[in-house]
Amino acid sequence: MSFGIDDNPVFVIDQSRCIGCEACVQACAECGTHRGQSLIHLERVDRATTTQTAPMVCMHCEDPTCAHVCPADAIKQTEDGIVQSASKPRCIGCSNCVLACPFGVPKYVADFDQMMKCDMCYDRTSEGLAPMCASVCPSDALWYGTIEQFNDTRRGSLFRDFMFGRQQVRTKVYTVVDDTADGPLDVASGRSGSWLDDPFGLDESGGKS
Amino acid sequence: MAHPPLTDDELIALYGPHLNEAPPGGWDAGLVIDKVVNTHCCFCGQQCGIKLKVHDNAVVGFEPWYEFPFNQGKLCPKGVKRYLQGSHPDRLLHPMVRDESAAGGFRQVTWDQALDQVVTEIRRIQAAYGDDAFAMLSGVSLTNEKSYLVGKFARLALHTANLDYNGRYCMVSAGAGNKKALGVDRAPNPWSDIPLADVVWIAGSNVAETFPITTGYIWRARDRGAKLIVQDPRVVPLARTADLFLPVRPGTDSALFGAVLHTIIKRDWLDHDFIKDHTLGFDEAAAAVADMTPAWAADITGVPAARIEEAAELWGTSATGMLLHARGIEQHTKGVDNVLAAINLGLATGKFGKPGSGVSTITGQGNGQCGREHGHKCDQLPGNRDITNPEHRAAVAKVWACDESEIPGKGLPAQEIIEAIHAGEIKGLLSICFNPVVSAPDVNFTREALDKLEFYAVIDFFLSESAQHADVVLPGSLHEEDDGTATSGEGRIIKINAAVTPPGEARRDWEILLDIAERLGKREYFPYTNTEQIFDELCRASSGGLADYTGATWQRIEDEMGLFWPIPEVGHPGTPRLFEGGKFHHPDGKARFHAVPFKPSAEVVDDEYPILLTTGRVVSQYLSGTQTRRIAALVAQYPEPLCEIHPLLADSLGIADGDLVTVTSRRGTMTVPAHVVNTIRPDTVFIPYHWPGGKAANQLTNRAVDPISKMPEFKVAAVRLERAIGRGATIDERDLGVTEGST
Repeated sequence: MSFGIDDNPVFVIDQSRCIGCEACVQACAECGTHRGQSLIHLERVDRATTTQTAPMVCMHCEDPTCAHVCPADAIKQTEDGIVQSASKPRCIGCSNCVLACPFGVPKYVADFDQMMKCDMCYDRTSEGLAPMCASVCPSDALWYGTIEQFNDTRRGSLFRDFMFGRQQVRTKVYTVVDDTADGPLDVASGRSGSWLDDPFGLDESGGKS
Repeated sequence: MAHPPLTDDELIALYGPHLNEAPPGGWDAGLVIDKVVNTHCCFCGQQCGIKLKVHDNAVVGFEPWYEFPFNQGKLCPKGVKRYLQGSHPDRLLHPMVRDESAAGGFRQVTWDQALDQVVTEIRRIQAAYGDDAFAMLSGVSLTNEKSYLVGKFARLALHTANLDYNGRYCMVSAGAGNKKALGVDRAPNPWSDIPLADVVWIAGSNVAETFPITTGYIWRARDRGAKLIVQDPRVVPLARTADLFLPVRPGTDSALFGAVLHTIIKRDWLDHDFIKDHTLGFDEAAAAVADMTPAWAADITGVPAARIEEAAELWGTSATGMLLHARGIEQHTKGVDNVLAAINLGLATGKFGKPGSGVSTITGQGNGQCGREHGHKCDQLPGNRDITNPEHRAAVAKVWACDESEIPGKGLPAQEIIEAIHAGEIKGLLSICFNPVVSAPDVNFTREALDKLEFYAVIDFFLSESAQHADVVLPGSLHEEDDGTATSGEGRIIKINAAVTPPGEARRDWEILLDIAERLGKREYFPYTNTEQIFDELCRASSGGLADYTGATWQRIEDEMGLFWPIPEVGHPGTPRLFEGGKFHHPDGKARFHAVPFKPSAEVVDDEYPILLTTGRVVSQYLSGTQTRRIAALVAQYPEPLCEIHPLLADSLGIADGDLVTVTSRRGTMTVPAHVVNTIRPDTVFIPYHWPGGKAANQLTNRAVDPISKMPEFKVAAVRLERAIGRGATIDERDLGVTEGST
């Protein structure tokens, strides 16, 4: 799979498909320029109650907050919109970016005394190859292709405009929602009306099982 | 006396597992890549395509193989890191014999000395106790060529009936059920059928962790609007978004399937034409489920009756559907029953032999499919022939150029071989690709058995926990050090390409077997100079059998990116989908329903052992861990076994997340950290089985076997739990190498 200059492939995250296998994290470390260091991470949302996991690649904001707050001007954006990891000679390891990123993406890595984050496998994507994580992801939770390919083969709608308080953030990376017209999700609403409310049928069987 | 020569700690210090963290020279070595080899992952039955990067005769990295159709570059974490098993500090480089006076407990010897000792002991034991007192245990991480060779080697060189393989702990219940019902043992569908299904039912398979690539196929079906049913005692990662979750109590799958069939009959969601034209035995199967109402099954299975009815409606009213099952329903004393009950659902609704329809096992081990086809089993000859059938014996004897009488009869299955060793009936053992000290049920018993052997020889590339018991250790080859083929879980024969040669004095496994055969005076039966010759003979030996490879060649397999058997003649295109037009592989072309009454598991809970234990795998480890416990990045992901406990059960026992908990069964006891999660049934605990010694979940499991398949009951044991002193880390607390900030 490789992409030509006019294909304009996009990166898509569908967290609902994540199976928590960490193939993405392991493969990130194997990308030619990453040299054994994974630049992405996998969040376990709340393992006590769910197997939901979330792979965190950089969302590559159009107007990156991390770069704005960097006192050393160590975070650069390429012409094609990739927000690079911290420039090693400039990064002072202050973690401003770690604290400021609305998505919780950058990490301070003590072994290197610098911030490291996803660079969208720039050595691969700049040559038309998919990033390592989206190449290996078994469940297509991380996916790389054209918007036409996505619309032809996948359910859900692509979404990339986020509100964090009064800050509107548009990202280069897309996520997937059921329907963009649905508006914000009320994630604290409690019962879902599906089997998830009582996976083991404890209410129905009076706690027998 | 085959007990380990040193303590566990001493052995680990010398032979590992040590953790390989980086390719040779480290991450910054800037190695020039000499070549990139298209091959496959060495681990599970999905057999994903992968490109291995080679520098100076060492595998130093991987690249996705986007063009290989099955996985299109996708890999799980084991596939990503598999290359780190090469150039590993634990790699066995020289033949060794046990010598308790030697510093390492083993003494390095020459190949001649090692092989002479092996052959001397084989001869001594067979002269003193009879040919069958020397047994062989093998495994299906081996290529087709090696699996076939082992079958022939055991029969014609060792002349023992007692050869069996580690698929006995993996796929045999599915294999037996498939043959009984469908007349052939192969997945009925290529995986490309999964996206065409209107309903996908995953029964007893944590596909997200054990067959991750299959999750992508399931999502492609869901993108088309397919419904997903997951049947499991745990809300496994795939279940989280399922349309319907059936939280089945371990050991009750056949009651659940029976109630679904009951409902399908009652609501008349049957395919009457299919049943009439293509099957036998429906009336008996229907009679067996006449009383299996959803309410009855709800009591037994713990699945609410309404969900059983919903499953029946989804399956019964969908035009197409795939039911995929794995060890969760198969590793039982009624594993074959469970498989037959699942197949009944496919036959009753006409879901075979058409796109997007089938009931299929998901083969577990890398070459679990071919490894159970060509004579690797105690009752089998190549082509999935029956070793007790005179015509089958004659056909194979002709290809082997031997007298039919030289082929021994049916031998003991793996678990019975271990029992016979323990009973002192089998005195000598040669094993390859099998680590029963971790993977067999009741491993304390298994260890005792190995200690009773008069002689034990092992071919392996690392000193596995079983190899520590050996008298002679013969350093064999890794997957990437030999050419051959494998047959993936969908029945696709694929090409394994050597990337490097074995290091040190290690040799290719087949060359070692040929040398032993030569010393036994049987070299004339093994006239091979390469493994392609072995494959060509395998194809001839399979010709006319159930698993027919007649038209397969290495060249075609490589050119066509795999071939699906049967390939009954030269030039035949292969058979991706079986049973098209409702033609099954029994002589009359009809499939068989089976009456499946519900039976309890060998062990049920009682006051003394009130909790169900079920075992399984995690995504970052593979089987007994011989390879994956030596790769740092995989170990970091899940370093040691945890016991998953529902908070209701944990609270009742005063156990908090991270507390050490002692789990005791009638066989043994172990202490592990508790992982309190509400994603498991409150009457059940789960422990993964990849670790040895005190961390082995198989200290607790039951040796009771299925009467037909001889599969042990890994999935159900009765245990009790007590809080122990101390705390352990559960996975959420582990340092993943990054911090949230510098302050």
